[in-house]
Amino acid sequence: MGVSAAEALPGKMRAAPAVALDDVTITFRLGKGVTYTAVSEATLSVADGEFVAIVGPTGCGKSTLLNVAAGLLAPSSGTADIFGERLTGLNSQAGYLFQADSLFPWKTALQNVAIGLETAGVASSEAKARAADWLKRVGLGGFAARYPHMLSGGQRKRVGLAQVLIRDPKILLMDEPFGPLDAQTRQIMGNLLLDLWSADRKAVLFVTHDLEEAIALSDRVVIMSAGPAARIIGDWRVPIARPRDISEVRLEKGFHDLHREIWTVLKDEVLKGYAQTGGG
Amino acid sequence: MSRVTLIGFQILVMVVTLAAWHLLTTVPMSNGKPLVPPFFFSTPGDVFARIWQWFADGSIWRHLWITLTEATLAFVIGSVGGILVGFWFARQPLIAAIFDPYVKMINALPRIVLAPIFTLWFGLGIWSKVALGVTLVFFIVFFNVYQGVREVSPTVLANARMLGMNERQLMRHVYWPSALSWMFSSLHTSVGFAVVGAVVGEYLGSAAGLGYLILQAEGTFDIAGVFAGMFVLAAFVIVIDGIVTLVERRLLVWRPAAADTRT
Repeated sequence: MGVSAAEALPGKMRAAPAVALDDVTITFRLGKGVTYTAVSEATLSVADGEFVAIVGPTGCGKSTLLNVAAGLLAPSSGTADIFGERLTGLNSQAGYLFQADSLFPWKTALQNVAIGLETAGVASSEAKARAADWLKRVGLGGFAARYPHMLSGGQRKRVGLAQVLIRDPKILLMDEPFGPLDAQTRQIMGNLLLDLWSADRKAVLFVTHDLEEAIALSDRVVIMSAGPAARIIGDWRVPIARPRDISEVRLEKGFHDLHREIWTVLKDEVLKGYAQTGGG
Repeated sequence: MSRVTLIGFQILVMVVTLAAWHLLTTVPMSNGKPLVPPFFFSTPGDVFARIWQWFADGSIWRHLWITLTEATLAFVIGSVGGILVGFWFARQPLIAAIFDPYVKMINALPRIVLAPIFTLWFGLGIWSKVALGVTLVFFIVFFNVYQGVREVSPTVLANARMLGMNERQLMRHVYWPSALSWMFSSLHTSVGFAVVGAVVGEYLGSAAGLGYLILQAEGTFDIAGVFAGMFVLAAFVIVIDGIVTLVERRLLVWRPAAADTRT
């Protein structure tokens, strides 16, 4: 519990963590005098090259915390630092993979992937060539001309992954990216993600409600309590060696022990979360 | 149902209607007169003879050209205006809020009462008809573009910003395509209204066009002329609608259509 970034990765003694949230509280104003505190006093840091998963019951404010790291949402109090610099406005170092469909429906798969480079000023022909290469890397080489509605849910996530990674962000923020997919596709996507990530080890902040997925993918698992005013209530290191295969890692003993240990903490929060949301 | 059968049935409807019309207006009953007086309803033969004559002597082309010009101008001017104002209002909520009651007021006004004013302002030429068409087209395009800009999915918008788009790029890659898709979904309606504006304008006072043709025939109780004008107008509208469908298919290729598993 309470692993610091430096401890987690002793080999990488980079002074400033990729993401450092300090004492972040997020309060929404709902109406006249009515406020809702989604996240309370959250402190979390992700070292460069570290894969951190945030797990918590539904509605606990995991995504809200991620939006703070992305700069899409300003915290009510507390601070967010990116590589040691205070975050004001959008986090230009981060790529964000959203839970909901976020591809541009009026662009083909190729155009969707290329757009992130074009906005950065890369010439269109070069952007298209690199996008075609990225589509191959996510296994969609033959689907470049398809529009998003012609792709399956898993294929759209692959395009989304390529769209984010082609910009080569230093930080990858993922908000239950594989949530809407079926179990088999999730495993395949998880392995694809680990495969791509292992190439250059970006800092990853991965939000999920699935504890198994969190343990299988990440270096550290952070648990949040049920909302409102959700807090970070636990922080575990995952003692499983890389490279991993997601479907096999679940059979290891270390996986089961850690799962049982975290689940005893998480279970109470999940039940609390259910009680508050009426089981929804 | 296959395409051929469908077209077969569609033609059948036309044949039956024309046959019934022909029989009712030409076959004498026991009193020696047809059941339906041809003076008020004309006969298919007379109507087609009239249409044939118009096309044979070429007099119809000038009227078709005038109506087409008016409708096209009304459509282009109304669309450009609707797109500009729609964008402006959607991006400036304060402006939209200030003008809201006036927009509703003008939109609720039956546009036909404006026709006499337009005739006074713009004369009996094509521009008074164009103006009438513009008032109809503008609001359809305006409301759709306004909606299209405002209803961009927040996730898509957040994604666009995370991908580093600045305000200009957001306009080009997100707002513009979204607004266009809404506008094109109302293309049939707005093109139809452009034609309505032109024809109604002509009908209320003009020297040329399909509406003028129908009005002239009506003034001399020339029922065959009225029907002939209507048929030419109907064919004209069908052709334009067909062109719109082609344009739509080309531009909205990215939109999900009903599943088609035929190969």
